[in-house]
Amino acid sequence: MIGLLRAMGVTLKTMLRKPVTVQYPDAHLPISPRMLGFPALLWDSAVDEPACVGCKVCERYCPTDCISVTMKDNPLAKEGKSTRRKMVDDFQIRLERCILCGICVEVCNFEAIAMTDYHEQADISRGGLLATKDDLFRMGRDFQQRAGIKVTPGTPKLEAAAPPKEGSA
Amino acid sequence: MAGERGVETVDMLLNMGPQHPSTHGVFRMILKVDGERVEDAEAVVGYLHRGSEKLCERENYRQIITLFDRLDYISNFNNELVFCLAAEKLMGIEAPERAQYIRTIMCELNRISSHMMFYGAYGTDVGVFATAFMYGFREREVIQQVFEAVSGARMMHSYIRVGGVAQEVPADFVPRVRAVLSGLKRGIEECDRLLTRNEIFLGRTRGIGVLSAQDAIDYGCSGPVLRASGVPLDVRAAEPYLVYDRFTFDIPLGKSGDCWDRYWVRMEEMRQSISIIEQALTQMPEGAIQTPVAKFGFVKPPKGDAYVRAENPRGDFGVYLVSEGKETPYRVKIRAPSFCNLMALRQMVRGSYLADAVVILGSLDIVLGEVDR
Repeated sequence: MIGLLRAMGVTLKTMLRKPVTVQYPDAHLPISPRMLGFPALLWDSAVDEPACVGCKVCERYCPTDCISVTMKDNPLAKEGKSTRRKMVDDFQIRLERCILCGICVEVCNFEAIAMTDYHEQADISRGGLLATKDDLFRMGRDFQQRAGIKVTPGTPKLEAAAPPKEGSA
Repeated sequence: MAGERGVETVDMLLNMGPQHPSTHGVFRMILKVDGERVEDAEAVVGYLHRGSEKLCERENYRQIITLFDRLDYISNFNNELVFCLAAEKLMGIEAPERAQYIRTIMCELNRISSHMMFYGAYGTDVGVFATAFMYGFREREVIQQVFEAVSGARMMHSYIRVGGVAQEVPADFVPRVRAVLSGLKRGIEECDRLLTRNEIFLGRTRGIGVLSAQDAIDYGCSGPVLRASGVPLDVRAAEPYLVYDRFTFDIPLGKSGDCWDRYWVRMEEMRQSISIIEQALTQMPEGAIQTPVAKFGFVKPPKGDAYVRAENPRGDFGVYLVSEGKETPYRVKIRAPSFCNLMALRQMVRGSYLADAVVILGSLDIVLGEVDR
């Protein structure tokens, strides 16, 4: 009987406390700055071109194969405006398959991809969560502005930029 | 057969699960019942089988960490840790001291959050409908926020790496964890008052599902299930890994091996974990957090095999890793504590009331992601 009354006391005491929950769609709990949201591509605003060169390291490392990348020649490099000889042609992430592990960010040699804080993505169509290159750049630029991330022009880690040899991959 | 009053009775097969809220996921039990008494129980597993062990053979060591996150999805740090320890053992390296302390703190926090989850779910199992769940989750949420601040993810952290941890902890880590711990101490006391000595709870759990020490050993039980039966085996103390040999902590033991003992052992373990984290926070040195392992992140342990075991919140979690010197392992065998504990279910359920079957299953604290792998 005593145990029961003590348990009742706990519930009574809690009744008088402020709730620790928030009403979700109206209010949000704070998210951490390290929050791993959906990945997005970053934009090098100094040269005004994508930081991604389409080297496919992220594609190769992705555990769920949700990234597909193609590469093309960079026209700005011929004009001498950019140090990136190649640039990304097409870049797709199937966000419904992405497991937000952050491996693509870790292996990227050009710091061209980042985990944003976007985490509320839903769609009513089956193909709706296929993020195209434009989507990814839009997400990335928005995130860059909010987080104050600047991509340095050129390739910051040129000596490490060569993707791993085919034999070892 | 003739019952007590001379009435002919027949045994009935009763299917429970896989879509049953009390089976903690997709677990199925086929119960043979005679009225309210359970005569026999057959566990059917495999509804959440994803072939994780086989998948490990085609993924590289960095990718496998994400697979281990998804085994026992409420104690992710502990799983990642064991795999990384196995790879480190093969490579003959050790993580820097600071990384080891960070790992210890995260694993112990994870143990508390896992036991809090058990507290909530078990309360629901015995019939304290959502009340205990709310209390358990309130405490767990605070820990989850620490995890998010450190690793960036609330559940699938992929934070522990072969040779260290992914990134340095945030600047306010130590004061924050201390604040969380002091809140947790109050929270655990409150949870304790709500259930532990509650007569209704005692009535549902005392003397139910008794597992003798010999049976627990015979079935290969480990973790709180084994210790509740009075066997003092804790891998943290028996074969210290990480820096557990530097801390002093008790191993709570049950007396009779019933459901209440299994519950109580977990409650006490949370208190011990708090004490371990406090000691770790005081001792934590400065320094590097990652031993360099490979260029371009390709971890390639040399040819050989290694077995590492560690104390998961659910028991003795082991990984047997065979490497051929390539960037993917040749074989990864997982010794899942939930699976071994689950096998003792039949022994415990036999002869109990049908309503207690759920209570007994809940007291094992299984996670189907790990049982089925």
